[in-house]
Amino acid sequence: MTPPPGARVIVGMSGGVDSSVAAALLKDQGYDVIGMMLRLWSDTGTHNRCCAPDAQQEARYIAGLLDIPFYVIDAQDHFYQQVVIPFINGYTQGITPNPCLNCNRFVRWDFLLERAKALGADYLATGHYARIQNTAAGPYQLLKSRDADKDQTYFLHVLTQNKLSQTIFPLANLTKKQVRKLAEEYALPVADRPDSQDLCFVGQGDYRDFLRKSSPSSMKPGPIIDLDGKSRGEHPGLADFTIGQRKKLGISSPEPLYVIRKDLKNNTLIVGSREYLGQGKFYVDNVNWISGEAPADPIPANVKIRYKSREVPSVITATNSNTVSIQLDSPLADITPGQAAVFYQDDFCLGGGIIRSE
Amino acid sequence: MNNIYLDYAATTPVDERVTAAMQPYFTQVFGNPSSLHRFGQQAESALEKSRRVLAGFLGAKPSEIIFTSCGSESDNLAIKGAAFAARQQSRANHLLISPIEHPAVLNTANQLADLHGFDLSFLPVDKYGRVSPAEVQKNLREDTFLVSVMDANNEIGTINPIAEIGGICRERGIYLHTDAVQSGAHSPLDVNSLNVDLLSLGAHKFYGPKGVGALYIRSGTDLSPMLTGGSQEFGQRAATENVPLIAGMAAAFELVQVEHDQRTNHILPLRDYLIKQILTKIPSSQLTGHPEERLVNHASFVFEGVDGNLLISILDGTGFACSSGSACKTGDPEPSSVLTHLGYSPSWALGSLRVTLGKDTTAEDIDSFLNVLPGCIHQVRELKS
Repeated sequence: MTPPPGARVIVGMSGGVDSSVAAALLKDQGYDVIGMMLRLWSDTGTHNRCCAPDAQQEARYIAGLLDIPFYVIDAQDHFYQQVVIPFINGYTQGITPNPCLNCNRFVRWDFLLERAKALGADYLATGHYARIQNTAAGPYQLLKSRDADKDQTYFLHVLTQNKLSQTIFPLANLTKKQVRKLAEEYALPVADRPDSQDLCFVGQGDYRDFLRKSSPSSMKPGPIIDLDGKSRGEHPGLADFTIGQRKKLGISSPEPLYVIRKDLKNNTLIVGSREYLGQGKFYVDNVNWISGEAPADPIPANVKIRYKSREVPSVITATNSNTVSIQLDSPLADITPGQAAVFYQDDFCLGGGIIRSE
Repeated sequence: MNNIYLDYAATTPVDERVTAAMQPYFTQVFGNPSSLHRFGQQAESALEKSRRVLAGFLGAKPSEIIFTSCGSESDNLAIKGAAFAARQQSRANHLLISPIEHPAVLNTANQLADLHGFDLSFLPVDKYGRVSPAEVQKNLREDTFLVSVMDANNEIGTINPIAEIGGICRERGIYLHTDAVQSGAHSPLDVNSLNVDLLSLGAHKFYGPKGVGALYIRSGTDLSPMLTGGSQEFGQRAATENVPLIAGMAAAFELVQVEHDQRTNHILPLRDYLIKQILTKIPSSQLTGHPEERLVNHASFVFEGVDGNLLISILDGTGFACSSGSACKTGDPEPSSVLTHLGYSPSWALGSLRVTLGKDTTAEDIDSFLNVLPGCIHQVRELKS
C-alpha cells in the first residue's frame, strides 16, 4: 500500500533492527512518521523481551536518532484477554496454541491501528518481511518476502482486506542482509533483538514454567502408554509434548517412539512407532481468506503447518466461509492442533486458520 | 591571575568543546526527559545518546550506566546500595575495602559499620599503596558482599591491579566496586577486562562540568536506590536528569578517549622530568606512590621536616597552585591518613606535595615551577626550626 505523500504513518517499533529501518525508510520517503510501542506485558521478576523497559529504551533511543515522536501505549489488559488467556486455555485443552497469531489479529492490527487513527494516522507500518500488492480493481494480495528465510506471512495470514488497505511493510522488497546494511547507512544500531516471534510474555524462563503457574493441570505428571495400552513410563505434563515429538520421552525402546495422541481426560500420552503418525487429511477452523472470499471449489495449494516447516502440496476445500478441509498429497507426521495451517500458491498467501483437534 | 595551575587531580577547567556541547540543553532543548511530549523526547534523546557514549567507551551496555551528581554520589550509591540490597536479600554483612580509599568510599563504609551494623574490614596495602590480589583472596569471607578498591589513588597516584582482584571476587560471586574518578581522566577503562561490577566516575576530573558523575552497574548487580522518588535512571536514582551536565560529561569523556594518546604523550614526559628534577634538586625528598604503576599526570612527594600546608600557601603566593594530597584538606595539622598507612613517620608525612599536570600544562610551566620549588621548601624548613 502506498499512502499519499506526507501522510501520517504509525510504525510499530520494537527497538530491533527491522522496525527501526522500516521507520527510517518511511521518514526518508517523506512521511510524517510516529513510532509506537505497545506495552503488552508486565510480570515483575521476569525479564520478558517484548516491550520490556530495555526494549522501550532502545526504541526510544532510535526514535531520538531519527528525530521522530515515539509513544508507548498500554495494552496490557487487552493483551492478557486476547492473547495470554487463550494461550493458557489452549494448553489446558491439550492443543499447542500460537499466541503470535492472536496478537497480530487482535492487538497489533486492531488495538494499535485504532490508536493510530486517534493520533491522526491512517496507516500502520511494521518491520515484517512480507509484501502487499494491489491491482486497480482486484483485492489486496499478501505475498511472501523476497527473503525466503525471513518470510513472515505465516503470522500475517490473519489480515483482512480492510487491514491490508491500511498496512505498509517498508521492508517488503528487502532481504535481512540489505536491512542490516541500511541500518548501518542510517547509523542505527544493528543489534538483533531475540526473534520477536518467540513467546514474548514468557520471558527468559521456559514456557513450561509459565504454564506450571498459569495452567497447572497442563503440567501434571501422568502415564505414557503405547497403542496396545502398555505402560511405557511417565511424562512431566502433556503441555511438554506435541504430536510427532520424539525427543524427551525418556523411553528406551528398540524402535523409535513418537507422540501419537494426547488423552486429555486421562492425562495420558500415547506413543507409537512412526507408521501410526501420518495424517493425510485434517480440518482447519477460524480461516481467514486474504481475498475476503472462500473459494467455491476445491483448490490446489501448498500448505505450511508450522512457521519453520516446509510447504507441502494439498487440495483445500472450503466447507463454509471459515472452515476448510485439507487433503495432503502425502501424509505429514506432525500436524499439531492449535498451530496455524497457512495456504500458498507460489508467492501468494491465500489465507489460513487454526488446525482443529480431532 | 597569571597563576599556574598544577592541581588537575583536584579539578580541571571545562573544555570549550564541552561547554559548546552543553549549550543547547539549557534553553533550547530544555524538556524533562521523563515527559511524554516532544520536548521531553528530545531531552531524553540527548540523555540516551550521552549514556551510550559512556557505555560504548566502557564496554558496557547503555542500561548499565546511570548518571549521578558526582563521583562521591556514585561511590555512595555503589556501596550503600549494595549494602542495603545485601541486607534485604541475604545474610551477607561484610564489606572489605582498602584503607586508603577516597573519603567518599571510606566514610561511607564507616557509616555503614557505625550506624547500620555492617562488618567492615580493611585490606593491607604495600608501601606504594597497592592492594595485592592474594590479600583479597585471603580476606574474603562467606558473608562478604562487596569489595571496594580504588582504581587509582588520588593522593599518591598508585594504580591497583583491579582486573586480578576482580577475577577473584567474580569467582566467589562477590561484587567489586572501583572508584575510577581519578583514572577515568587518563586511562581507557573497560569494565569487562577490569572484572568490575560497579565503577564510579566524575566528570570534572576530565575537563567536564562539576556536578555530574556516573556509576556503571553490571546488569544483575542488586543495588537499593539511595535517592528514592521517581523511576529515573532505571529506578536506581530518582531526580530529573541534569541533561546539560550529562551531555557535557559525555562530550568530555569522548575527548578523553579520542585524545588519549596525544594527551598521554604530552603529559608523561613532563611528569617524569618533574619527578626526576625534584628528587635530584631537593634534599630529603621522596616520591610517594608507585614509581611506574601510577597516573600519568600524577607526581606526589614527601619532604622531611616540611609543613606541607605552609608550603602550599607559599607556592600559591608565588603563583603555583598545588596540593598537599587531596583537594579536601584545609589547614589540618594531622598527617594524611593515606601516608600514615604507608608507614611514613609524621616528620615526613606532614610534608606532602601533590603536583598534577593537565593537557594544557607546558614545559615552561614545569621549568618555572622547578625554579621556585627548592627555594620555597628551603624557606619552609628554615621557618620551622
